[in-house]
Amino acid sequence: MDDFQTILLIKLVLAGIVFFGVLNFAGFHTWVERKQSALIQDRIGANRADIFGFRMLGLFHGIADAIKMFTKEDIVPEGANKTLHILAPLFSVFFALVAFAVIPFGPRLFVGEDLVKGGYVDLQVANIDSALLYIFAMLSVGVYGVILAGFASRNNYAIMGGLRATAQMISYEIALGIAVVGVIMVYGTLDLSLLVEKQTHMLGGFIPFWGIVAQPVAFIVFLTAALAETKRAPFDLPEAESEIIGYFVEYSGMKFGMFFLTDFLETIMVACLATTLFFGGWHVPWLEADAVPNWLFVLLGVASFSIKVVIFCFVFMQIRWTLPRFRYDQLMALGWKGLFPIAVVNVVVTAVVLVVFFPKVS
Amino acid sequence: MAVKVVRRPELTFWEKLYIPQILCGLKITFRHFFRNLYLHMAHRLGKLTHLRASVTVQYPEELRPLMSRFRSRHRLTVREDGTPRCVGCMLCETVCPAKCITIVPGEHPDPNVEKYPIRFDIDLGVCVYCGYCVEVCPEDAIRMDTGILDVAAYSREEMQLDIHELMNPQLRKPINECSLKFPHQCKLTDGVMKGSWNTVNSR
Repeated sequence: MDDFQTILLIKLVLAGIVFFGVLNFAGFHTWVERKQSALIQDRIGANRADIFGFRMLGLFHGIADAIKMFTKEDIVPEGANKTLHILAPLFSVFFALVAFAVIPFGPRLFVGEDLVKGGYVDLQVANIDSALLYIFAMLSVGVYGVILAGFASRNNYAIMGGLRATAQMISYEIALGIAVVGVIMVYGTLDLSLLVEKQTHMLGGFIPFWGIVAQPVAFIVFLTAALAETKRAPFDLPEAESEIIGYFVEYSGMKFGMFFLTDFLETIMVACLATTLFFGGWHVPWLEADAVPNWLFVLLGVASFSIKVVIFCFVFMQIRWTLPRFRYDQLMALGWKGLFPIAVVNVVVTAVVLVVFFPKVS
Repeated sequence: MAVKVVRRPELTFWEKLYIPQILCGLKITFRHFFRNLYLHMAHRLGKLTHLRASVTVQYPEELRPLMSRFRSRHRLTVREDGTPRCVGCMLCETVCPAKCITIVPGEHPDPNVEKYPIRFDIDLGVCVYCGYCVEVCPEDAIRMDTGILDVAAYSREEMQLDIHELMNPQLRKPINECSLKFPHQCKLTDGVMKGSWNTVNSR
């Protein structure tokens, strides 16, 4: 096996791990959503689906959902653009999934010089210099799935929903991007693995130099804009399952399921991004790389990353079941008059502080 | 007409900031979440069962208690000898606003009891559960206290109760065997009179 084949194999394995983990977690999310909302609202939650009498706290409802989605009739409305109607959900899922490629989910794994050149494997499917730009590109292209779904359905309500969703996503992407600029300025890199590496430094020896410590305001803006980006309550105007008609009103069966899946994938994506940018990625606080063997360090790193992502998903879910939906003008006002100026001021203040107090770093 | 001025309280600065209020809301949902999570786990271990973790009633297994005056499916009260207490006075059929009761009265051999129902049908697909039939009955012969709520069927015919089901609330369709001893008409006998007073009186 030559070097290229080895690298290809390693990348395929990494991609497989990420896809397997993310898709399963997205499926698991449906269960969490049901149970968590039930507990918040003093209910029990779905618990009737069983396999051979085992109910497993309703864990099989996700599987039942998947079977239902696959076996349902797939309806394409008369006069709809068939190609785009099929492409739209595929676009949504595809761009939500490929964004995970640049998330570093663990520290370097040393495998020995004779296997790969350099002797280590980065636990990241694609190690791109401009990983952050890539993620934002993928999040932006995700809008295509939404607008195409509305456009291809040949339904006025659907296209209105699609436009609503697009306007919301684009508006909040600006605040999202500018909030992240502060983080980029502090760490001076767009490379996510390098960014995590830089977050592992300790401030004064005991406070981890995570993004949340350096950029608390950016974190709040990022979190809010990211929630709006995932199109979930309190920003679920694009969908608004029962009240306003959303962009996927003409979708049924697995195509609808794909939009649903995209929702959960985007939630996980945003949780991953928040972890990577603001909570030190795979960094385990107060754990030095030399203190433990490499395999244990990698394992702890992956576990740390996963736990942080799970906690973020939990918090997002909690927010989703706490807050009521915004009115559309309130949504736009919050995005343009609230988050956007705050993010810009944050960038300016960060720049001034960096230049005045840390001239060597910048 | 007096004008009522409704004063809407102005939002304070902290309320306009969103975030403190969001945290207040999160406090409530987190409290519910962790309290219920703790109680559910405690219930699994059989502890703290006097505290409810959820207000859900697991319906088919668990039924909510009914008020004693609740009007559920009808039944005909029965004498000791297994004949209906009904004397065929037709008051309930007359008072019924939905006209869902059909009674065919017959001569009773006992001179103290003037008549009895040969047929007594209630069409539950028409019944409005007003309870007038119960109120009007002079003999306490019809009651709505079976506690049966799950009246459901796939056809209109199945919604029609005849004297078998009314006298025995445990019976469920399909009924294959005619168990009544006194002369009566029912679907099983194709409207032909079946049974004999002799079998009732000989007991």
